[in-house]
Amino acid sequence: MESISYILFYMTAGGYLAATLVFIAYLVTHRDAFVTVARNILFAGFAAHTLTIIIRWVEAGGIPATTFHDSLMLFAWLTAAVYVVVYLKYKLSVLGAFVSPFALFLVIAASLFSREIAPLTPILRSWWFPVHVMLAIMGNAFFALAFLTGIMYLIQEHYLKSRKVGGLYFLLPSLEVLDELNYRCLTYGFPLLTLGIITGALWSEAAIGTYWLWEPRQIWSLITWFLYAALLHGRLTSGWRGRRAALFSAGAFGVLIGSFLILNLTLGGGHGLVE
Amino acid sequence: MNLIIVGLNHKTAPIEVREKLYFPPERIGPALKKLLTGYDVNEGVIISTCNRVEAVGVADEIEKGTWEIKRFFSEYHGIPLEGLDEYLYVHSGEDAVRHAFRVASSLDSMVMGEPQILGQVKDAYSRAVHNDTAGVVMNKLFHKTFSVAKRIRTETKIGAAAVSISFAAVELAKKIFGDLTGKSSMLIGAGEMAELAARHLLSSGVREIILTNRTYEKAVDMAREFNGTAIMFREFPHFLKNVDIVIASTASPKFIIRPDEVHDVMKERKQRPMFFIDISVPRNIDPLVNNISNAYVYDVDDLQGVIAANLKERTKEAQRAEAIIEEEIETFYRWIRSLDVVPTIIALRNSLEEIRKSELEKAATQLEGLSDRDKKTLDAMTRAIINKIIHNPITHLKKESDKIEGDLFLDAVRRLFDLPAVEKEELKKARGGGSEE
Repeated sequence: MESISYILFYMTAGGYLAATLVFIAYLVTHRDAFVTVARNILFAGFAAHTLTIIIRWVEAGGIPATTFHDSLMLFAWLTAAVYVVVYLKYKLSVLGAFVSPFALFLVIAASLFSREIAPLTPILRSWWFPVHVMLAIMGNAFFALAFLTGIMYLIQEHYLKSRKVGGLYFLLPSLEVLDELNYRCLTYGFPLLTLGIITGALWSEAAIGTYWLWEPRQIWSLITWFLYAALLHGRLTSGWRGRRAALFSAGAFGVLIGSFLILNLTLGGGHGLVE
Repeated sequence: MNLIIVGLNHKTAPIEVREKLYFPPERIGPALKKLLTGYDVNEGVIISTCNRVEAVGVADEIEKGTWEIKRFFSEYHGIPLEGLDEYLYVHSGEDAVRHAFRVASSLDSMVMGEPQILGQVKDAYSRAVHNDTAGVVMNKLFHKTFSVAKRIRTETKIGAAAVSISFAAVELAKKIFGDLTGKSSMLIGAGEMAELAARHLLSSGVREIILTNRTYEKAVDMAREFNGTAIMFREFPHFLKNVDIVIASTASPKFIIRPDEVHDVMKERKQRPMFFIDISVPRNIDPLVNNISNAYVYDVDDLQGVIAANLKERTKEAQRAEAIIEEEIETFYRWIRSLDVVPTIIALRNSLEEIRKSELEKAATQLEGLSDRDKKTLDAMTRAIINKIIHNPITHLKKESDKIEGDLFLDAVRRLFDLPAVEKEELKKARGGGSEE
């Protein structure tokens, strides 16, 4: 089992790497043949990733999220999953050119940390654990897609504003589509994050009798929540859109991923509760 | 029998020469007849556009045929050949097939990828069909040419990018708004390019157009033409907030749309993007409007820049188109071979076998008391006779069919032996079902 999950891990990383390279070939040559191949490789990488997660789940005897390695893998997996869903709905292959390197980045980051499975403490045996983790990380995945579509928006907008079209201008979709995708990702990500925080509080109450501990991870997730709440509010009421919304979602995601990385590096996987 | 193309185009000849060789459409029919009756050419098609004049012919020998077509050009237009020859190019055999594919696919056009040329080639071919100057070779060549052009259009993006001001504007609008369905536009002023852009926008799904002009009557006239709404010129700023795309083309010497105005308009429309197309010189829209969030301003120079970028993008696609052409030349020859030789040989064998069998039966009824061994000998003998007789014809058919003119041999065999024609269905199958008639 151990060696199988090891092989699958490398297949996942290799899939994302190959997809990234072929997507780069597409961005350079503009040949449609590349984009089809790249997309299929990305799908194959996602399939390998899914198997990796399943095997880790079996190995750990619960959701594989107790270590930083597993959290990063779960984050990358759900990001790829959201891409698959977005692709099925919007048929937007070129988004994969941004998702692949992002997923690759997370998987490489994961490879830097121990794959040793941490034993489940009594608190983690609660069924709140998988529910809370899946909701929170799926929220992160949608925010990642919002960030990536925001980047694509900024690139396309730069071409159109500077009135010097060329290069990626021909490959990227319209501003309207990118703006809408950015918005849609927020409308899924925000409720998921909210539910993630709520289930975390309920879990905390059930486990140690208090909803809120004001520990760093909770504080930072609250900060992230406020940022995205402000963005959604701006979009819905004040006509925030386009460039401003794209920049804001990039900034909010910067805070999200920054705190995610730093907190995990300083505190280890999970909250203070794990230890 | 050889395929020959003699002609000139914008690359080899200046306009002064091209216009001398030009065939007006109504005179192509008589010219084709003259080519086939007065010169040693068996089949002919004349393509004549403002950028090229070409005669496609079939002749027994390449050199002789080339000379004949050149002589035809010179005598028909009354230009001495000495002054003409240096501008003419000659393609024959496979090279001619390639040239035909490239021309119809717009790879040889002045504006690469422009869509008109295919229609012009189709017209040229149908004129030849109409005047009975297109035979077996031409029919094959042109049907294949049309399917190759179609394939290149669908498989490469050679014709995708806009290369005219009005199309470039529409394409930019699509990059900003995505789907144009339901968007609204305003045309300020009048002018050929602006009206063309408006028309393209409407045909791309733009729902509504508001027209305004300093002369109100003119706006009303245009509103009728565009099926839009006319408004007074001084009123137009009030309508901006409901309009996504603005085309300006007035003779105003100063800016008629200013940043502060647009700033307020954007607030009112909750920052929904606006696209300003300024097709006026001097400009009508202050370029500073472009600095406002979600407002995009393109003047004539900017649109020219977009066209230049599009053309650059096309040259990339052209390389892919060339590869497709090489592939298609091969399939073209393979198709010619497989399509006719095999069915013809099979039909020939079947027809002779039928004769043999029926004659054998007749003989058997007359010769009573034949032993089995006698019957076998008779059978083998008749078989051998037929095989010996058709051995040489089949060998020659196979050899000749490798050439494009092999059709003539096949045609002759089919007529001499009264073989059934190749079924249309088979033809379609062999052609991949993709060519137009």
